[in-house]
Amino acid sequence: MLEIKCPYCGRRSQNEFSYGGDATVKRPKLNKDISDGEWDEFIYYRKNPRGIHLELWHHTSGCRQWFKVKRDTSTHEIVKTFMIEEESQ
Amino acid sequence: MTNAQIFRTQEGGKIDREEKISFIFNGKKYYGYKGDTLASALLANGIHLIGRSFKYHRPRGIIAAGVEDANGKVQLSRNNISEPNVNITEVELVEGLSFKSQNCWPSVTFDIWAINNFLNRFFPAGFYYKTFMWPKSFWYNVYEPIIRKAAGMGTASLKPDPDRYEHRYEHCDILVVGSGPSGISSALAAAKNGARVILAEDKPRFGGSLQIDEVTIGNKNGNEWVDEAIAELKSMPNVIIRNRSQVFGYYDHNMLVMFERCKDHVNNSEAFTPRERLWYIRAQEVVLSTGSIERPLVFANNDRPGIMLSSSAREYLKIYGVFVGKKPIIFTNNDSAYETAIEYKNNGIDVLIIDTRNNSDSGIVNETKKLGIKIKFAHAIANTSGYKKVKSVTIGKLNKEKNAYTKLEEVKCDSVFVSGNWTPTVHLASQSGNKLNYDTNTDSFLPSISRQDETVIGSANGSMTLKESLKEGFEVGYKLSKKITKGNIQTTIPLSDEKQLGDHDKFWCMPLPTNKNYKRFVDFQNDVAVSDIQLAVQEGFRSIEHVKRYTTLGMATDQGKTSNLNGLQLVSDIEKKIVPEVGHTTFRPPYTSVTIGTIIGREVGKNYKATRKSPMHTWHEKNKAVFVDAGLWLRPRYYKQNNEDLFEASKREALNVRNNVGICDVTSLGKIEIKGKDSAEFLNRIYTNAFLKLPIGKARYGVMLREDGIVFDDGTTTRISENHYHMTTTTAQAANVLSHLEYYIQVVWPELDVVVVSVTEQWAAAAIAGPKSRLLLSKIFPSEEVSNESFPFMGYKEFKFKETTARVFRISFSGELAYEINVESDFGLQMWEEILNLGEEFKIQPYGTEALSTLRIEMGHIAGSEIDGRTIARDLSLESLLSEKKDFVGKRSLNRKAFTDNNREKIVGLVPIDKKTNIPEGSHLVLDKNASLPNPKLGHVSASCWSVEYNNPFSLAIVKNGHNKLGEKLYAVSPLKNVSVAVEVVSQHYVDPEGKRVRS
Repeated sequence: MLEIKCPYCGRRSQNEFSYGGDATVKRPKLNKDISDGEWDEFIYYRKNPRGIHLELWHHTSGCRQWFKVKRDTSTHEIVKTFMIEEESQ
Repeated sequence: MTNAQIFRTQEGGKIDREEKISFIFNGKKYYGYKGDTLASALLANGIHLIGRSFKYHRPRGIIAAGVEDANGKVQLSRNNISEPNVNITEVELVEGLSFKSQNCWPSVTFDIWAINNFLNRFFPAGFYYKTFMWPKSFWYNVYEPIIRKAAGMGTASLKPDPDRYEHRYEHCDILVVGSGPSGISSALAAAKNGARVILAEDKPRFGGSLQIDEVTIGNKNGNEWVDEAIAELKSMPNVIIRNRSQVFGYYDHNMLVMFERCKDHVNNSEAFTPRERLWYIRAQEVVLSTGSIERPLVFANNDRPGIMLSSSAREYLKIYGVFVGKKPIIFTNNDSAYETAIEYKNNGIDVLIIDTRNNSDSGIVNETKKLGIKIKFAHAIANTSGYKKVKSVTIGKLNKEKNAYTKLEEVKCDSVFVSGNWTPTVHLASQSGNKLNYDTNTDSFLPSISRQDETVIGSANGSMTLKESLKEGFEVGYKLSKKITKGNIQTTIPLSDEKQLGDHDKFWCMPLPTNKNYKRFVDFQNDVAVSDIQLAVQEGFRSIEHVKRYTTLGMATDQGKTSNLNGLQLVSDIEKKIVPEVGHTTFRPPYTSVTIGTIIGREVGKNYKATRKSPMHTWHEKNKAVFVDAGLWLRPRYYKQNNEDLFEASKREALNVRNNVGICDVTSLGKIEIKGKDSAEFLNRIYTNAFLKLPIGKARYGVMLREDGIVFDDGTTTRISENHYHMTTTTAQAANVLSHLEYYIQVVWPELDVVVVSVTEQWAAAAIAGPKSRLLLSKIFPSEEVSNESFPFMGYKEFKFKETTARVFRISFSGELAYEINVESDFGLQMWEEILNLGEEFKIQPYGTEALSTLRIEMGHIAGSEIDGRTIARDLSLESLLSEKKDFVGKRSLNRKAFTDNNREKIVGLVPIDKKTNIPEGSHLVLDKNASLPNPKLGHVSASCWSVEYNNPFSLAIVKNGHNKLGEKLYAVSPLKNVSVAVEVVSQHYVDPEGKRVRS
């Protein structure tokens, strides 16, 4: 079980959180005319990297904040966690 | 039988000879002492034959004294509860135990399946894959039942487990696994330097090797030093110390899992003592002082009862006061077995040592010689004999190349103590991700670089002397604690004295006598012999992982504790490679078997999940509600009157709603409070229909989609004031909708000023529905104006109820004139009872979810069975709610080709043509019920009810091109129930299609 540092609450066990997918995916702006391809990219296509992955987590059994986690998918090492508005590079 | 215990020493050991305890093994009564394990008590009575081996049904006995024992598995009965595969080396003797051998029939002494031993050409490596392949049909009917009976182990009980198990979460600075010399010293050093320490020991007694080794630390003997150190640790408030506690899994981010045996060793335990406790420990640093396990030697017929690891024989003698044999032979390739020889000699037993080495000049060998113990160097055991117990061994002088014998002689004995050097216990380190390196000094894998914050010390790290272990322990304990506490209290390392051991022989697999093909076992638990591994390699299995699976080497509960390295060395010898090239198999948790009860903990029965109850729950209970699970909620399904069944009761309740008025507890519907000046804009983006211009005091039905265009949830949202909304969701999706809203607010559109919070539990809600509901409402709120004009359909009012304010919504799920009244939860029961009292004159009755379902189905209202994660708005005839004028979540997906196909499924109603036969939910709809398979599927039945309006069955279904099929005849077939019903396709709105009633 991972230990995740919620930027608001501190270190908590994984069972307090829900995984929310790739954090680098940006929803296209509303009312924007976009191609089927672009929309498909947003809905369906995800990278499955071995190594560093920036992902969303939701502190569902805690403060209920969404935040970003930079995690190594091969070692589960969590490099850093960020608030949504924080620059994550 | 009298208290024989003829193999018990006169004195000594750590058992309590004052307390005699009886037990029953294979139907016979025996005695042991308090402090015994089942294994030591059996050995004290001279019993070696415990069970039969897995494949060949060979007689097997105890080979070790701890968790590494591979054979001692029994079926144990305790308080009428029978448990299979219990390790007799781990169970402590208490009154009332009865156990028997497994995997044998009719008895362990005469086992009919031992014929497998003679038919063993049918059971070579990979026998599952080969022997039983043809004919194919024989597998299920013939081969599998026979194999299941012949192989396998104990029998699981079919009764529920009566014991209580608990889970505990703990955090610490340093977790020390194993209380041998290095473990105790690191715990001491760390605790004294201020760290919060947990020290875990698997066995009942602390001390590890110090329990049995003749050593001194400081100026105390090893045992005294352990007792003092443990007492000191126990007195420290920053230390948690547990014996009978096995750390069995090492997971990510230093999460370790341990089980603690709390009850089975206690006579007359208290009622609520858990049997076992599972600990989840999150440690900043982990110290693995897991010790090492003695390795068996591999020789012909090395699996007979009475053949045991030499350190275990010493443990039985020193801790339990038991002679494993009175005429033992010690067979070794190293010096550590000499300690056992000396111990036995000092207790008056003559031993013969067979040593594969050509000679040894170490201190301990010379000490042994001085005691007059006979040693045969450059010899090996070539074979053994004795069916139920070893009776004699054939000793051979090894030739120079050690691949044959120059001379054989037969020697009588009653036991053989074997030592093939030591294997560091690296299971947990490997589970943590530590890459193991092969060490040619110890001929074993040792931890190298840690992936997590773990440090391996003591003999688990290849430090085989006491001096090294203590040094590592104290240093590591200090270093790690300093890192955490910044403390600087350093404990002095005490001086120690121990026997000096020399080098071991790198020779461990004995040749067979000429022209003999005896079995030489590598893995006792899985019955894997040298010949099996040779065969696997010969058949082309190269990867050690493949060899493992093909031969089953190192599998099951044993996890290769005694067999792993011998197996690897054998593969490398056969392939003429060095061991590191062969590599090792993966060590997986659990390290040893864990009872299922421990893993489940208290999450059994009704505690399997949390239960949510509405404030009116006690009323429902008193009024004969029959409850149904709705997610975590318990909701009344129907209220039973007299001898009614579900069908009769729900019909009565639904009919009463249609004719008079009913009341339904709708507290479980999700309720979300929405505030902020951009709330309207936010809702407008979330819902498919327009919400920007929803007037204050009005509710609106809305549908939300997932981004992929599939319908996500529906419900009403009410504008309470300019920037304040009350949203309802379905019971099932309440939590998901909240997360969904939070995602868009926090991640996608953080610029919007909106906040949401769940208020499901803050409000108790009751729906009153039926033609008389307005009359009832005017009774509940006599001073309020409730006419159709002043409180129209989809209206919202705040009325005073007692000293609080009720939120009243004129919304309807039943399709009747209806209101939903919400009050603060604390007033819920009062409101409910008041409404029932006032409603008496209107013949009010409570109705449950079954009647609610009936009402919504015949009205054609959709629910979870239609919003099933596959349907889009058009399928559910909700296209009028898809706004053309604005963008919303999921809208872009609706242009997808598949979603615009005219042939898509569409919601319709179904009525059986005979107006009688129920249509099973989940039935498939086909045109011709007799068509050849695969019969083209046109759709499925999503929900069924007995229409109280028309007094015949009615269903909702989702059918291909359904809107063009009205009036057509189809068949609803349910192969599961073996039913097919001829049905007519009708409108989904069976009752009141114009929706007049809700507006009346």
